[in-house]
Amino acid sequence: MSSDDVNKGRRRFLVATTSVVGGVGVGFAAVPFIRSWMPSARAQAIGVPVEVNVQKLKEGQLLKVQWRGQTIGVLRRTDQMVTGLSKVDDSLADPESLNAEQPEYIHGEPRALNPQFLVVNMHCTHLGCVPQMIPQVGPQPFDANWNGGFYCPCHKSKFDLSGRVYKGVPAPTNLRIPPYSFLDDNTLIIGVSPKGAV
Amino acid sequence: MAKIASSLSKQAGALLNWFDDRLPVSSFWNNVMTGYMAPKNFNFWYYMGSLALLVLVIQIFSGILLAMHYKPSALEAFASVEYIMRDVEWGWLIRYMHTTGASFFFILIYLHMFRSLLYGSHKAPRELLWVFGMFLYVALMAEAFLGYILPWGQMSYWGAQVIINLFGAIPKIGEPLTQWIRGDYFISDATLNRFFALHVIAVPLALLGLVLLHLVALRENGSNNPDGIEIKKNKDADGKPLDGIPFHPYYTVKDIFGVGMFLIVFSFVLFLWPEANGLFLEHDNFIPANPLVTPEHIKPVWYFTPFYAILKAVPDKLMGVLLMGASVGVLFFLPWLDRSPVKSIRYKGTWYKVLLTLFTIAFVRLGLLGMAEGTPAQTWEMRVWTLVYFMFFVLLFFMSPGGKTKPEPDRVTH
Repeated sequence: MSSDDVNKGRRRFLVATTSVVGGVGVGFAAVPFIRSWMPSARAQAIGVPVEVNVQKLKEGQLLKVQWRGQTIGVLRRTDQMVTGLSKVDDSLADPESLNAEQPEYIHGEPRALNPQFLVVNMHCTHLGCVPQMIPQVGPQPFDANWNGGFYCPCHKSKFDLSGRVYKGVPAPTNLRIPPYSFLDDNTLIIGVSPKGAV
Repeated sequence: MAKIASSLSKQAGALLNWFDDRLPVSSFWNNVMTGYMAPKNFNFWYYMGSLALLVLVIQIFSGILLAMHYKPSALEAFASVEYIMRDVEWGWLIRYMHTTGASFFFILIYLHMFRSLLYGSHKAPRELLWVFGMFLYVALMAEAFLGYILPWGQMSYWGAQVIINLFGAIPKIGEPLTQWIRGDYFISDATLNRFFALHVIAVPLALLGLVLLHLVALRENGSNNPDGIEIKKNKDADGKPLDGIPFHPYYTVKDIFGVGMFLIVFSFVLFLWPEANGLFLEHDNFIPANPLVTPEHIKPVWYFTPFYAILKAVPDKLMGVLLMGASVGVLFFLPWLDRSPVKSIRYKGTWYKVLLTLFTIAFVRLGLLGMAEGTPAQTWEMRVWTLVYFMFFVLLFFMSPGGKTKPEPDRVTH
């Protein structure tokens, strides 16, 4: 066949359509392999809700539990801790928690269903380290006007006793609040929202 | 005797001919070794490439042996590394070889890249050579990061936590993406298992492919040299460069000498100082991974700290991640940022010497600050050096076309 007989337009069309169909095919064929990296059924099953009994928690005591491999802190706050929250509002980046990752039923300064109990995902919203609770009010090496709160040793982010982030630190948002609810006065369940709430 | 010898060499010649008819053995040897003319004025800086290749071989060799005893499971990983260190015959040697090799790989690569900044080896016609080299560098960083997870110590765990969460800074897809990378809601057995697979097969294959491309691109135009002038411009009657010498035996012998000196230094660290005061093997990594306890002071291994310092210098998460990415990304464009008419620092003006000195100080200072605790004063210092780091590229782009130069010689100097 001499090259004069070649219909170049038709050849280009065939190459283009074959490439497109082949490309789409490769895209679909890739799905199983990409999906295989998602959390497996076993990992999902382990991520079930966790019950916590808070009866024995003393005032000012922090209990750490694991839910989905995350460290969840349950802090029983004293009355002074709760009333002192508004003192630091001016130094906070988002005192109203407008940009925070938290359920719809969590709002206000205490960021809790029951202001006495703070339930918070302890992982810093910067890069996932677990901040230390430093409840003492008074000068600290990292802050001369410390009002008590959480301090991340990794990159110096500071949060108040409601997990609200201070201004001028690397963490972009307040600490996350996981979905949770109270089964009765002394038992809370992490991973399940109150009935009727989203 | 002479008869036997001549008959033997005849038979060897016949065997070679047999192979040459089926596989290009002689012509390949001639092309890449005896017939390849390299500039005659190579200096100390020209050891790094071949030594990096040697370390790659050491890493593959020791890595294969480690994989025979290591268990990529969250329950067994830490113990299996201690098992290698204590119970496997010569296991400590193989393991320290691998960890020391990792740090030396980066030392060599940083010197190798610095050589390019000195002598303009990235400039035309060697831009692709540089770009392949940068891909190699990024692949090497990925390989080192993945490997660092495997001992499943505290620093493995929390280092991975920090690095994987960097991807979480991407708006919208960040969270699902981190979950996809981890294969779980947190860093777990699934993460460790897949990182092992990536570390022992996926990334090494990519590295080998890139090394091949890097070498093919190198041989296409031949090596640059400390004078930064093309030896192919001056050829004798046979078409051979006047300033070129055959790679074999001249540079093979030079490189073997380099290998000897290198192995002395390497062995010193390997046998006497494998932890390098927590620089090569961090103290916190001798504690098993614990998702509930964050170490007081998280820092990456030394070779990542300059970029880590840039991340820490920025008070905004997304911006910090972007700037850190840019600090590596900008290097890819170096061949097009350096618009100077001459290649080598020898014929560039004082302006370039000042820029390069400041850039080098910035890189080293950022590396040291990236390891430090991070007082507010240090944060400000990191910001200053981050600015200097990026200004190097900006000033290079604007100053290089008109910057003062000295006339290049016709022939290489030595």
